[in-house]
Amino acid sequence: MLFFSYFKDLVGQEVTVELKNDLEIRGTLHSVDQYLNIKLENTHVVDQDKFPHMLSVRNCFIRGSVVRYVQLPPDGVDVDLLHDAARREARGG
Amino acid sequence: MSWAAPDDIFFSTSLAAYLDKKILVLLRDGRKLMGLLRSFDQFGTFVLCFFLCCLLKFPEEVFCFCEANAVLEEAYERVIVGELYCDIPLGLYIIRGENVVLIGELDVEKEELPAQMVQVSEAEIKKAQKAEKEEMLLKGLMRKRMEFLDLD
Repeated sequence: MLFFSYFKDLVGQEVTVELKNDLEIRGTLHSVDQYLNIKLENTHVVDQDKFPHMLSVRNCFIRGSVVRYVQLPPDGVDVDLLHDAARREARGG
Repeated sequence: MSWAAPDDIFFSTSLAAYLDKKILVLLRDGRKLMGLLRSFDQFGTFVLCFFLCCLLKFPEEVFCFCEANAVLEEAYERVIVGELYCDIPLGLYIIRGENVVLIGELDVEKEELPAQMVQVSEAEIKKAQKAEKEEMLLKGLMRKRMEFLDLD
């Protein structure tokens, strides 16, 4: 639940999602759900030449189970808030 | 993934936005399927079909598809090897959600592929795939031999 809440706050920010098949997609976070499935808008692939089939894709839905990383802008992260939330979660709250 | 109320539309992802649109589906085994999204359910299972104009006389069978009626419609697999590609027609497909990596909405106004790519027949693309696989195997073998030598 912690990261679902965290991603809800990130809606509208520009992120890069790296998938387990090494595909990296940059886009605006449109929505997220309890499975951490991600919908991105205005997408473009980081290494376009390696993935020519993605050329005309502008919006996409990414299944949560295939995400390896979600790369965020460093100033888009409130680390202290995350620390507190994690401690609360660990305490069982 | 339930039907979202207007307020929490950003807190649940729904494939409803892609209904009747042409989409690209990346599967876990690396395949790329393309077609028109006709239906989906909450576990991420969804239905792809591609309308040929002559099949438009059966619209009612499309919309009761969840009973898996046999309707003649086409999804196709796009196989890409280097600069070559081939679209292999597949027909009506139900895809189980666990196999899906990504679903992309294809922008109809943009080119789906870079201009230099060449469309070839199914036989040719299969040959190219085989050659690429053998090249990968060879590279893997040679790398193993070099590692053994430990030239550093």
